[in-house]
Amino acid sequence: MIRDITLGQYYPAESFLHSMDPRSKIVLTFTFILSLFLAKGAPGYGVAFLFLVLAIRASKVPPRFMLKGLKAVFMIILLTVFINLFLTPGGAVLFQWGVFKVTRTGLETAVFMALRLIFLIVGSSILTLTTSPISLTDGIEALLKPWEKVKVPAHEIAMMMTIALRFIPILLEETDKIMKAQMARGADFESGGLVKKAQSLIPLLVPLFISSFRRADDLALAMEARCYRGGEGRTRMKRLSYTRVDVAAALVVAAYLLALGLLARWL
Amino acid sequence: MSIEIRNLHFTYGEGTPFRKEALRNVNLEIRTGEFIGLMGHTGSGKSTLIQQVNGLLKPTAGEIRIHGKDIHSKGASLKDIRQEVGLVFQYPEHQLFEMSVYKDVAFGPTNMGLSKDEIHSRVVDALDRVGLGEDMQEASPFELSGGQKRRVAIAGVLAMRPKILILDEPTAGLDPKGRDEILGEIGRIHGKGDMTVILVSHSMEDIANHVERIIVMDKGEVRMDGPPKQVFQEVEHLEAMGLGVPQVTYLAKALEAKGCGLEGTVTTVEEAMAAIRSLLGPPGPAKGGGIHD
Amino acid sequence: MEKMIVGEGLVFEYHQHNDAGEVEHIHRAIDGLDLEVRKGQFIAILGHNGSGKSTLAKHINALLVPTEGWMRVKGMDTREEGNVWKIRQHAGMVFQNPDNQIIATIVEEDVAFGPENLGVEPEEIRRRVDQSLDAVEMGEYATHSPNKLSGGQKQRVAIAGVLAMRPSCIIFDEPTAMLDPSGRKEVLDTALQLNRNEGITVILITHYMDEAIHADRVIVMDQGKIAFQGTPKEVFSRTEEMKAIGLDVPQVTEIAGRLKREGYDFPVDLLTIEEMVGAICRLK
Repeated sequence: MIRDITLGQYYPAESFLHSMDPRSKIVLTFTFILSLFLAKGAPGYGVAFLFLVLAIRASKVPPRFMLKGLKAVFMIILLTVFINLFLTPGGAVLFQWGVFKVTRTGLETAVFMALRLIFLIVGSSILTLTTSPISLTDGIEALLKPWEKVKVPAHEIAMMMTIALRFIPILLEETDKIMKAQMARGADFESGGLVKKAQSLIPLLVPLFISSFRRADDLALAMEARCYRGGEGRTRMKRLSYTRVDVAAALVVAAYLLALGLLARWL
Repeated sequence: MSIEIRNLHFTYGEGTPFRKEALRNVNLEIRTGEFIGLMGHTGSGKSTLIQQVNGLLKPTAGEIRIHGKDIHSKGASLKDIRQEVGLVFQYPEHQLFEMSVYKDVAFGPTNMGLSKDEIHSRVVDALDRVGLGEDMQEASPFELSGGQKRRVAIAGVLAMRPKILILDEPTAGLDPKGRDEILGEIGRIHGKGDMTVILVSHSMEDIANHVERIIVMDKGEVRMDGPPKQVFQEVEHLEAMGLGVPQVTYLAKALEAKGCGLEGTVTTVEEAMAAIRSLLGPPGPAKGGGIHD
Repeated sequence: MEKMIVGEGLVFEYHQHNDAGEVEHIHRAIDGLDLEVRKGQFIAILGHNGSGKSTLAKHINALLVPTEGWMRVKGMDTREEGNVWKIRQHAGMVFQNPDNQIIATIVEEDVAFGPENLGVEPEEIRRRVDQSLDAVEMGEYATHSPNKLSGGQKQRVAIAGVLAMRPSCIIFDEPTAMLDPSGRKEVLDTALQLNRNEGITVILITHYMDEAIHADRVIVMDQGKIAFQGTPKEVFSRTEEMKAIGLDVPQVTEIAGRLKREGYDFPVDLLTIEEMVGAICRLK
């Protein structure tokens, strides 16, 4: 049931990408995402595709896990395709049916937009699949640290992420339990119209919120008891450090950007 | 209401890497009006089994018959089954959600589509059965003590007038007094009428004091099934499954090893008292030694 | 012996406010209580739900400060703000719900949380984390997710998290209430072992009387006061008083007490099966 939802789906393995520092992985992933907006035409997307294939190979994660991420946003991709397909003017008309008109530009934009979205999702899945939630959080905290001077709450953001990640599975399990308990009392979460469905959620949501508040109280107390008083004066057991792997990765990404740039100028 | 379970198998997450066999070839027959203790180590499958009985989980193979009717057959309604089989989950107070005790207990009967008068009489009756008076009806369930909250939750299931009542560790987290009170109420509920009661518990003493028959589960299978006196004789077998026997049963075993065994099988304090009296004969003048109070 | 914890004339009141912000109801959770715990002792505090035992526990760790009276941990007054973090480092606390006290998504990261808060050097944290996990026999789970562990294992991780702060005293606030029998045994054995082998002062709050049998001293609380205290033998032989305040005694202690009243020559302070067997065989 609800427990099947997997979040922060880290895939443990020993690979080139797994051994990278989370900070470089985050920065390089963002670079890749930005590069997708530079890519032009089939050759540009071809280079991006090749780069992704290389990255997937270097991650040792079975490709079907990447596709899992796509399944969740399939409808959004489909919607983008339709909007672009029918609403982009210009170019030769390829097909017409009533008010719906498919033009050549429309078709191209639709295909490239879909590819861009797919590449973007696969690219970010590679990051989350090869980086454990905790080191991802560490990476974000470290990257945001310099911004603390301008009042960016780097430590707080990271702590919130850690706690959210820790409690999502617990709350999912709890949801499942409360749902079953209410179903045992004759609650019906499936049938009925929208209003009835929303109403039927009250017996689920009220206990869930109450329990979340109780857990939050307990956790705050436990953190205080262990001397937690915010980020100041705190040390970390694991220090992040860049290695040769990160340098190599940066060079590969640079080469990819160069190829993309050259293609854009050349075409 | 009788329960018949035949060749029941259940596997979680079939076809995924998280596949876990929770029940293996379970066969059971529970007669109307029995008071059953269900024991087993965490992960032994007992929680899965009780969820099968009221149709919250669907068997991978095998069948469950409630009063002769297969609960997953075409004509059966799971909603009806859940009215017949009342299930009180562990920490049931965590499912309370209404503004008043009355409304929360009325949730089940309201879902059954009963008339207002019928709901009212059931709510009052259910609260009475768990020892909560009329003055509690308008209280917010969230302002009650832990033991009271749990009673309200149990009343919420009783108000559906189930023929079979299953309670998953109803005394978890309660102090000894709260525990005795809840167990006493469950005993009285069973005593009235012909309700079948299944009590899941980790406490050997509680089981020994209340139930007529014990079912022991381990690794998804039923390993033992019989009256407490019979089941608690198998100390080594139970310990191998991470369970134990009441302290007085251990005492009887230790006395036997010393050559002054007690008569019969001892599982409760009363039985132990009687057996020791008959072993020692009537109390004689003090022989000295020991600490006197 | 050195005094670890001293409290005198402790009173703690919870104030319940109404919608207008006025005090509507005052609840005295602790009502005039003296406490003294010496270094290396194993103290069990028994009491029914609402007897004030958890409130008392939170005073030892400076999570609460007394409304009246004072509490000192290793000579440090809990009412002084400057002492708070030092007190919390010295008096660690393990709570009831194993899920709600683990912060990180990896066992060793969670154990590191305390020393990280104290600003300990990374190499030293690593050392402490490994030692603490070994001490609770959870070393092999260092890189696991806490979600997959059993209740008893989670509590042991929580204990390791406290140990990594190098405390001199650990307060266990009903650590076994939500566990199954094997989990309860794991946690109790760990607490006993830390007390016996590492010399850590242990205060165990529970309502399972069988967990109190091993204590040097048992304190029985009722209505925010100490009802009575003494060695386990002294406390449990008061069967009637224990039952009157909603607590239990071991089955053999109960039987001995009742047979004694019937005229049999039984010692009333026996706690274990062996003692009971001895008493019966002597009379036979």
